[in-house]
Amino acid sequence: MSFALLSSVLVDGVTYAMILFMITVGLSMTMGLMRVVNLAHGAFAMLGGFLAASIPQRLGVPIGLGFVLAIALVALLALIFERTLLRRFYRRDDLDQMLVTIGLMFVATAAVNLMFGSSVTSVALPEAFGGSVDLGFRSIPRHRLIVVACGLLVVVVLWFAVDRSSFGIRVRAAVDNAPIARAIGIDTTKIYAATFAIGAALAALGGIAGAELLPMEPTYASKYLVILLAVVAVGGNGNLFGSFFAALLLGIVETSMKYMVPQLASAAFFLTMIVVLLLRPQGLFGRQA
Amino acid sequence: MTPRLQTRNLCHSFGGLAVTQNVTLSLPQGARTALIGPNGAGKTTLVNLLSGAIRPKSGDIQLDGRSIVQLPQYARVRSGIVRTFQISRLFKDLTVAENVKVAVLQRLRASMQWWPSPARSARVHDEVHETLGMLGLQPYANRVVGRLALGEQRLAEIALALAMKPEVLLLDEPGAGVPQGEGGRIMSAIESLPKDLSVLLIEHDMDLVFRFASHIIVLVAGAVMVEGTPQEVAANEQVKQIYFGRDGHHAQHSH
Amino acid sequence: MSAVIPPMVMAVPPRARPWTQLRAEIVLTLAGLLAFALFPQDLGLLTNMATMSIFALSLSLVLGQAGIATLGQAALYGAGAYVAGWTALYLTADPIVGLLLGGLGGGLIALLSGAVMLRSTKLTLVMLTIAVAQLLLELANWARWLTGGDDGLAGFEVAPLFGIWEFNFMGHTGYFYALGALVLVFFLVRNLVDSPFGLTARAIRQDPGRVQALGGRVYLHLLAVYTVGGVVAGLAGALTAQTSKVANLFMLDFTTSAGVVVMIVLGGTRRLSGAVLGTVAYMTIHHIASTLNPYHWLFVIGSMLIFVLIVLPEGLIGLLDRAAAYARRLGRKGGAR
Repeated sequence: MSFALLSSVLVDGVTYAMILFMITVGLSMTMGLMRVVNLAHGAFAMLGGFLAASIPQRLGVPIGLGFVLAIALVALLALIFERTLLRRFYRRDDLDQMLVTIGLMFVATAAVNLMFGSSVTSVALPEAFGGSVDLGFRSIPRHRLIVVACGLLVVVVLWFAVDRSSFGIRVRAAVDNAPIARAIGIDTTKIYAATFAIGAALAALGGIAGAELLPMEPTYASKYLVILLAVVAVGGNGNLFGSFFAALLLGIVETSMKYMVPQLASAAFFLTMIVVLLLRPQGLFGRQA
Repeated sequence: MTPRLQTRNLCHSFGGLAVTQNVTLSLPQGARTALIGPNGAGKTTLVNLLSGAIRPKSGDIQLDGRSIVQLPQYARVRSGIVRTFQISRLFKDLTVAENVKVAVLQRLRASMQWWPSPARSARVHDEVHETLGMLGLQPYANRVVGRLALGEQRLAEIALALAMKPEVLLLDEPGAGVPQGEGGRIMSAIESLPKDLSVLLIEHDMDLVFRFASHIIVLVAGAVMVEGTPQEVAANEQVKQIYFGRDGHHAQHSH
Repeated sequence: MSAVIPPMVMAVPPRARPWTQLRAEIVLTLAGLLAFALFPQDLGLLTNMATMSIFALSLSLVLGQAGIATLGQAALYGAGAYVAGWTALYLTADPIVGLLLGGLGGGLIALLSGAVMLRSTKLTLVMLTIAVAQLLLELANWARWLTGGDDGLAGFEVAPLFGIWEFNFMGHTGYFYALGALVLVFFLVRNLVDSPFGLTARAIRQDPGRVQALGGRVYLHLLAVYTVGGVVAGLAGALTAQTSKVANLFMLDFTTSAGVVVMIVLGGTRRLSGAVLGTVAYMTIHHIASTLNPYHWLFVIGSMLIFVLIVLPEGLIGLLDRAAAYARRLGRKGGAR
């Protein structure tokens, strides 16, 4: 493999991986924490992208502010969904939980189409993100570099939050043993709501950042659902670094296949997922059930 | 004569915690052995090991002199070792008769049948009602288990085990949770078990234990502390310490 | 309730009176005939309803009875469709052969994938079913020369049924072919569900560990159920391919798997009739809503799903049951006077 090919695979693969990570980390946390599979998670990324595309124009605000507002709005919508609907399903069968999130995915897809039309929408980026950066051996679009930096920033911030902060400790306690956490006074209700909303916000961020590679369209949520699930399944539920490495693994595998045998790229992706799940059902980094 | 079921230096641990320590016991044919001990002593774990639900870290289990420790659960059941559960594990949406039928079908290796002959169906039907009759559950045959009172559920739990026509029966607290007055039915059900059936009974209800058992094993912290006839065990100082404490009050759960 | 129950109640339910036994199948046939009489212009839709009902029955067996949570049933359905197409293209245009081979194809994929997947439980299993279906889709997409890729498999002819009835643009043959298959499959699956095999499957759904403690081999039983489900789904796929003359990648898609799950949830997962009812309801709504705006359909079905999950967990069939019980109670009160 030539160096040029390798560097392309790495750059594109890592960029793709960072996007996947940002979108899926919230899903992984939700699954680890509340044991709920939110099949509508992709919808948060989708909404983030669509809102980011339209808010700057409609409200006449600078693009950067528009992005922030989009993310905040998605977090709010997620919070509302969790409090009104999802909460009723915590004690119900796994499949029922998944089904209600499928319902949400359908509704979100329809809503997006109604509001934004059914064609692919592009997200306008701030001027500063444009152009290329010359790294010496090759040049990379500045935007991609920012995406990678963003992803790394997210993982570092989350690591501090989960590992160091009191909120993080409470989250980890709730993941470990919810009844006991409640017994010692941890308000799991608030933790669930907060985690869900933060996960949605991160997904929105990932959606916006990744709009170049994963274009915004109403079928976004169902189209990329399986990929998102694959990353979470491979990484293990509720594991931060698991998500990160799974995203890297799957992102680079698929990207390298795209360069070498493009028609089998997706097949390779899912084959990797199946192999990992069979050998380690809890994911690469998940805890043994 | 070879004992029906015996263990030799059976050991098991969960992580670093030793839950079964060098347990050596034997059940003769027709045994009426009770397994008692404080909560957390590892009694249910022992039943899990004997029935094949979990594999021990070391040690041997033998049925009629043959080592069965490598046998998976279904094979042990087919060899005649059947257990019940401390918390009833019945099929909630099925009727009592259907619950027993599931067991009978397993015993007759007929669980995969798609189109049973009338003769076959009749045979299954008869066995189901024979088993129900053994425990006085006929009136509840068509009642969905989810609607049964706890006393009947515990009887149904035993019915499932008896439907398997076991050679060795491991009863895990059959009277658990049954209110004081109803314990009698469980007791008479246990007393009418076939004489050649080897029974290991886990119980906290000492009345039941002393009425039932001809041999008692006391398990503490995963190890056999003492065993013998009921009189020997009752007279044992260490046992008294555990069950009656220093003040002579019941330190065990009272019901 | 009296504690003394006369011995008659204990008798084995007789298989003696076939017409009461076949109640469901008779109703289904009559409903099918009625639909034909009432909606002669919509035979395409009705035929689809029949084939999709068979698909839903396969899932009702696998998920509703045995509790195998799968979001990848489309893999087996699509497999059946492609096999039927290949049979018509390369082997024989006889529809029955294509149908049976399609069923076999679905069953084979189910057996192979199930053997690997069914050792896992719950969440891992769902993920695996999704992944396997997606893998199959990607492979089908890649093997353009075999499957026609994005364009799908088309241009195959289907010979007259039993050599007599032609499949023509009027769609009569297609409809009765599908309806006949539906009634037959319903009969077979219902017998399976009422048999020892079905009872054991239901027990496994409720407590697999308990069945194991009774000496049952849960994995093997689930594999058997999953394989039968695969055969039925394959039959459905083959029928769809034969009546619509096309097999495409969408039949393997996650959306198709999700759709059929929604259908049985709508109708009621625990009963086979729920599968048929749910399918008819789903497709009727789809038909009406999509004439408006394709995305409105998604909105309606998403809301309906959420509504059913919260308000009607037993599905539409549960609603009918409650209505029937209410009517019976009213009748009894009237009779007592």
